[in-house]
Amino acid sequence: MAVWVFTEEVDGSVSQSGLELVTKARDLGDVSVMYVGEGSDEAFGALGAHGAGSVTHLDPGSTLPGAPAAAAMADAIGDSCSLILFGASNTDRDVAGRLAARLGVPVIANALDVAVNGGVSVTSEILGGTKAVTTTSEASPTIVITRPKAFVAAPSGGGAPVVTAVDLPDVGACAATVTASHAEESEGPDLEAASIVVSGGRGLGAADKFALMDELASLLGGAVGGTRAVVDAGWVPYSYQVGQTGKTVKPDVYIACGISGAMQHVVGMKGSSTIIAINKDPDAPIFGIADLGIVGDLHSVVPQLIDALKARD
Amino acid sequence: MNIAVCVKQIPDPATPYKLDPETHLVVRPDDQVLDDTDRYGIEIGLQLAEATDGSVTVVSMSPSGTLQGIRQALAMGADAAVLIDDPTLKGSDALVTARVLSAAISRGDYDLVVAGTESTDGYSGVMPQMMSELLALPCLSFATHVETTDAGLRIKRQTPSGYDEVEAALPALLTVTAGVVEPRYPTFKGIMQAKSKPIETLTAADLGVDTAVTQCVQSVEPIAARAAGEIVEDDGEGYRRIIELLETVKVI
Ligand SMILES: Cc1cc2nc3c(=O)[nH]c(=O)nc-3n(C[C@H](O)[C@H](O)[C@H](O)COP(=O)(O)OP(=O)(O)OC[C@H]3O[C@@H](n4cnc5c(N)ncnc54)[C@H](O)[C@@H]3O)c2cc1C
Ligand SMILES: Nc1ncnc2c1ncn2[C@@H]1O[C@H](COP(=O)(O)O)[C@@H](O)[C@H]1O
Repeated sequence: MAVWVFTEEVDGSVSQSGLELVTKARDLGDVSVMYVGEGSDEAFGALGAHGAGSVTHLDPGSTLPGAPAAAAMADAIGDSCSLILFGASNTDRDVAGRLAARLGVPVIANALDVAVNGGVSVTSEILGGTKAVTTTSEASPTIVITRPKAFVAAPSGGGAPVVTAVDLPDVGACAATVTASHAEESEGPDLEAASIVVSGGRGLGAADKFALMDELASLLGGAVGGTRAVVDAGWVPYSYQVGQTGKTVKPDVYIACGISGAMQHVVGMKGSSTIIAINKDPDAPIFGIADLGIVGDLHSVVPQLIDALKARD
Repeated sequence: MNIAVCVKQIPDPATPYKLDPETHLVVRPDDQVLDDTDRYGIEIGLQLAEATDGSVTVVSMSPSGTLQGIRQALAMGADAAVLIDDPTLKGSDALVTARVLSAAISRGDYDLVVAGTESTDGYSGVMPQMMSELLALPCLSFATHVETTDAGLRIKRQTPSGYDEVEAALPALLTVTAGVVEPRYPTFKGIMQAKSKPIETLTAADLGVDTAVTQCVQSVEPIAARAAGEIVEDDGEGYRRIIELLETVKVI
């Protein structure tokens, strides 16, 4: 069976999501990848090493990828493609939606697993990750958007893939132009890979209080995250957001400070091995999933914790 | 600028959602509310329309019910509503929704279509992109900031490592995050005026849209919830419990 994976380059490298999806796809059939970005032998090599047989490469230049990547992909997949896997990032969703409308097939979103047994069967989460629904699809191809970290990336020992560069399609009135890119500076370990994550919510009270999170995280060698509420308030950049529409983290320890525990946040961190929550409201839902919950004011508990950790050094 | 804002009426998220055991669909009460995340799209629509002497029409596919959610949108200041209410649309996926809303929007003359990035109840997060393809519009997606330019719009678009500045000419489709603007609260006057604003109701047949769905739900299972652990009241020593746990799991 022909399976396609879409992936967009992140910071000059192949994305983690791309490697996760290729790893999954190689168990389902022959894997081709649509790669959007500048591209490099290293990136293509990594895709090959995870099981991709061929890569179609589109460099969007300064064009927003959604429309041209969907057009190029519609051309590239041919008639025999039965399944297309996307990650959940913003560009993945832009391309998946446009491609689906172009091909006249639906998208199954928030997938946790995909199986092939005659047809394609997809298990996805609904209602904030409280229920799993299994759907069979009669569409050809079936387009699936998977949750981050639904699959674990692992090399297959595959060699370099066949790479075909395609020209940027002219999408006429659908074109949008990227005029500038801004990367937020971040220190310390990568949020998605960190073994300790210290996350702050609206309970911090003000943007400058995030310094407490930074200090605690750096003492523990961890990364700092946050809720959508604090991202929307502009206290921290979007790259900090943990949850349904942000990053999915599965660290050894997750420390939630002033976070209520809304299901859209929990879905992005409930895979953590140990969860510690500090919240002044004894009824906060976060306590329902925490291994240790401290009912108290984070503005006293966190500084005490910081002092105690400093005293150990 | 004449603007269409896509908004959803959804069961109140403060109440637990029930699934129909036979159809596996969410049970929708008569008094559905405006999806909170759509208030951002309405606000940006109102600001752009006010600055350009334009209008805002909210477009929604939903059982009408008491029209509570639609009235909430009109009370914020939208001028009119188009509602597609049709029993054959029950259980529609994002593609059917996109076809229906696109067909309804094509009947008007809009410079801009606005939507949220994902709905609170369904959160497929692809419906607006499908519409942009069907309507042949550029899709300025995941905007955290919006401004007008000579030819169209410029946005800040969320990226994994920060944001991009993206521009497109009008007509266009825009999707907004919850950080983009602070939505206004309806005034008493707004609530009163909403009662007499025009609401056009259409069916799928009026729009000539194919409503067939190609997916079939096999089963719905609960996902095992994490068990709660120990909860302790901070008596000034709570931090010690955290230190002990960090030692036990050997991260310090
Ligand atoms: C479609 C959709 C997608 C979403 N995606 C995400 C997502 O990806 N990530 C995400 O996080 N959210 C997401 N949300 C938002 C989510 O529903 C919640 O609104 C959000 O997570 C709440 O953030 P919070 O816990 O910081 O704020 P609140 O819910 O306001 O909680 C603040 C908490 O701090 C506590 N507190 C206050 N003061 C103190 C103090 N001094 N000491 C200790 N505790 C204190 C309070 O008791 C309260 O529990 C999404 C929502 C929707 C509708
Ligand atoms: N039935 C609907 N009626 C109107 N707008 C909708 C509908 N469904 C989705 N939308 C819009 O599309 C966005 C994304 O929704 P979804 O694809 O369900 O996550 C929402 O924020 C709404 O703006």
